[in-house]
Amino acid sequence: MRGQRVAWWFVAPALAVIVVFFFLPVGAALLMSLTDFDIYALADIRNLRFVGLGNYILLVQTPLFWQAFGNTLYFVIVGVPLSIGVSLGTALLLNSKLARLKPLFRTALFAPVVTTLVAVAVIWRYLFNTRYGLLNYALSGVGFSPIDWLGDPHWAMPAIIVFAVWKNFGYNMIILLAGLQNIPEELYEAARLDGASAWQQLRYVTLPMLSPILLLVSILTIAGYFQLFAEPYVMTQGGPLQSTVSVLYFMYEEGFKWWNLGSASAVAFVLFLVIFAITALQLRYTRRPGGWT
Amino acid sequence: MKRALAAPIVNGLLIAAAAVTLFPLFWMVSTSLMPPGESTRFPPPLLPSHATLGNYRELFAHAGLGRYLANSVLLATVATLVSLVFNVSAGYAFAKLRFAGRDRIFKLLLGALVIPGQVAMVPLFLLLKHMGLVNSYGGVIVPAMASIFGIFLVRQYALSIPNELLEAARIDGASEFRIFRIIVVPLLKPIIVTLAVFTLLATWNDFMWPLIVLTDKDLYTLPVALASLSREHVQDDEMMMAGSVVTILPVLAVFLLLQRYYLQGLMAGGIKG
Repeated sequence: MRGQRVAWWFVAPALAVIVVFFFLPVGAALLMSLTDFDIYALADIRNLRFVGLGNYILLVQTPLFWQAFGNTLYFVIVGVPLSIGVSLGTALLLNSKLARLKPLFRTALFAPVVTTLVAVAVIWRYLFNTRYGLLNYALSGVGFSPIDWLGDPHWAMPAIIVFAVWKNFGYNMIILLAGLQNIPEELYEAARLDGASAWQQLRYVTLPMLSPILLLVSILTIAGYFQLFAEPYVMTQGGPLQSTVSVLYFMYEEGFKWWNLGSASAVAFVLFLVIFAITALQLRYTRRPGGWT
Repeated sequence: MKRALAAPIVNGLLIAAAAVTLFPLFWMVSTSLMPPGESTRFPPPLLPSHATLGNYRELFAHAGLGRYLANSVLLATVATLVSLVFNVSAGYAFAKLRFAGRDRIFKLLLGALVIPGQVAMVPLFLLLKHMGLVNSYGGVIVPAMASIFGIFLVRQYALSIPNELLEAARIDGASEFRIFRIIVVPLLKPIIVTLAVFTLLATWNDFMWPLIVLTDKDLYTLPVALASLSREHVQDDEMMMAGSVVTILPVLAVFLLLQRYYLQGLMAGGIKG
């Protein structure tokens, strides 16, 4: 009994912080999304009215919300496979017995992950510059005409994807590398005895053994990429022609620029539901026997 | 024949990947040392014609960078220290102490990991406004004082502490707090360092929440200040690069010094999670 009370002293501070500053706001967000909380309610709470699903219905009728959703989906659908592909490629290289100076390469490839997003976004904004950016200079060397990376609605999102892949691939690389190192060497020996080529070993030993970790990595990466915000905030401010407005960018402007806090809460909840549904689908699909690769 | 080629290909690819990865960081440092206007010449120069610290001097003297740096150091340090105390004691209790509803609460916390933090932001802003913490250091620190991920990381590690060790100390009459301080904390040291590095980097690099909760320029952290400066000084590449160096260098240094802990934590959290 004495032990019980003491134990609470250990967990109470952390739990109190999490309940008050996370669980409570999440619950409140759901309720707020059903109200017309705006700048008038901010001044005087008596101006608050319950509007049911009004915010959600309004949202569905807002073209910019759909554009933000489409932009974010574009970022996820192109960015996530690209990001995991680069992570897997570099993890395979680092795991190769032929590679030298592995710790050095590992650190170098991981470095962008720990850098400050805003600061490296500023760097890339200059690398992407149309006139004197190094990227266009390098491309002109192989005969391409200059691309207006951040000023052309067709190129702005690809540019942000390139930047995001550079910034993030190291994280999954480390997790996949740990997974690769856990694959028993005997499996490869057996495969080689059966005459499997390097490609066949990758296809029939490495990838199936890695599939639980690939699933984990893809779930986490998809959830993370849906939360796109700082990249467009710093590099394009949502432009050009709103081609890089993401769901969170839309939420930020709706909530903290126009102070439509009820509507912003609804946006946040829609984003959460989308991430949740995709995660659930992935788990469901891959649990079916033979569902993965 | 094939084998002889494989090694150079693997290592060549690694060198190429590392070069592409590090180039933007190298270019940042190099440009930050160029005199104003030099980086916008064509073709773009890779190295400064003569290196100068002028951009840094300008940033600290006229753009208030010293103030932002101090804010970042203060906020990241305090948030890290407080959250370490809270997360480590809670993580240990979830692993080794018995109390009603322990496993149910822990499952609930794990389930809540799927909720993106941004869902809480709007009401959190109102709550802190109500508490008078909007536009203050407290507004940044308070929500960061505990994290589910931190509790989880410590709990997984603390599970390996042998119960006999704790029981023996209890029989000797040591209080739970004394056991925690004398026995548990030293045993948890590796995971404490790991969590400290994670938290320090996360609070230092955090952008969206400080952007929302801090409106007074004097309170800006480096990322918020840098984003704001880069909107004002679009043409001053060299100065912005110097600002990026000041922002990135401290976290990069912490990572390089303690990367063993950081990468181990990443693998542990990633695979078990």
